[in-house]
Amino acid sequence: MNNRGMSSVQVVVVENDVHFTLNELGRACQVDVGQLILLVDEGILAPINDGPERWRFAGAELRRARLALRLKRELELHVSGVALVIDLLDQIDGLRARLRRAGLH
Amino acid sequence: MDYKDYYATLAVKKTATADEIKRSYRKLARKYHPDVSKEPDAESRFKDLAEAYEVLGDAAKRAVYDDVGSRQQNSQEYRQPPGWEGGYEFDGRGDGGFPGSPGGGNHSDFFDAIFGRATSGGRGQRRPEPTVSGDHHAKVRIDLVDAYRGGHRNITLRVPQTDASGQTMLQDRTLDVNIPKGIRAGQHLRLAGQGSPAHGGEPAGDLYLEIEFAAHPHFRLEGIDVYVDLPVAPWEAALGAGIVVPTPDGDVQMKLPAGSASGRKLRLKGKGLPGTPTGDLYAVLAIALPPADNEASQEAYREMAKTFADFKPRHSLEGMNP
Repeated sequence: MNNRGMSSVQVVVVENDVHFTLNELGRACQVDVGQLILLVDEGILAPINDGPERWRFAGAELRRARLALRLKRELELHVSGVALVIDLLDQIDGLRARLRRAGLH
Repeated sequence: MDYKDYYATLAVKKTATADEIKRSYRKLARKYHPDVSKEPDAESRFKDLAEAYEVLGDAAKRAVYDDVGSRQQNSQEYRQPPGWEGGYEFDGRGDGGFPGSPGGGNHSDFFDAIFGRATSGGRGQRRPEPTVSGDHHAKVRIDLVDAYRGGHRNITLRVPQTDASGQTMLQDRTLDVNIPKGIRAGQHLRLAGQGSPAHGGEPAGDLYLEIEFAAHPHFRLEGIDVYVDLPVAPWEAALGAGIVVPTPDGDVQMKLPAGSASGRKLRLKGKGLPGTPTGDLYAVLAIALPPADNEASQEAYREMAKTFADFKPRHSLEGMNP
């Protein structure tokens, strides 16, 4: 642990600088890639390129994937339920932002 | 340590059936799930719920808990009975801990005292450190000014470490992290090779840090824009003035236009969060009234009243109640 303690390390901003392969995203989310494929099939995650081997996920998909997996596990939802929840959360965020811009929040 | 009333947490009676417990848990979990709920204490409420359900939703753990409860004298404080040898044994199913928070600490001390620490197995049972995957996650809270300026910050994480005897303790681990200028809330930093150590041919994992901003007493963040309430004197608002506006990155001179109303938003372009695109800073005007607490100041207000004899502040409300 000592040599990993106070060292300056290479830092990248995932949302700006990273694209994940399916395996990398699975590793980052600590899940089996099968679970991520379910999220792609449901349209929750949108990789570029065709075919799981060639998929590339934008960095921002990490947050979305982890959110989806948390909702699925902790609220015991089906994938389609997760997709609906995420769509509604996006809508609520959008509405809140509009309220704030209108000075009503 | 405090005794945890899991039945109260799940809002069920002690006689509740397994189905009733499950229903109540699901209902409350939807209400307090931190990704869904905007309740300020959602995260801790959900953690409590998850722990309560981990116990009451599992027949074996519930029986143990009920046994502890039946010996409980004082409803507030829980003390381990004398001669306690960790006499309860159970399998580690239903690991419902709340992931995401750094360094474990998923269970209360009360839970750990009864069911053992960190690993879901029984007390004293020797288990290898869980190595599910090499990548780790933690949330870190930084100051807004860190995002404006970037630079090195020491970030301390609490990491569970399992020692030779199988006990898991939380250890502090400090990292020197170069925060990139323009980082936004909710974004993730990836620290290569700082997850779990290399193990059995697997390379070392990465560490992901999710960025949060500490609440600031004056600056409010709305996406990439920053808001600050700016008190101004009535004469500054009426006549215009050159004023100083604080930003997270230092003071800025600004010209306040004459006739500025309270609540007016003045935009300082490009003074919000840096990055692409750069945010703006909005100074929201609030007219501050000087106190009328002596004869001279009261006289000044009376003079003003005379000068503005025709001013009708509630003009727009007139005729509402004919």
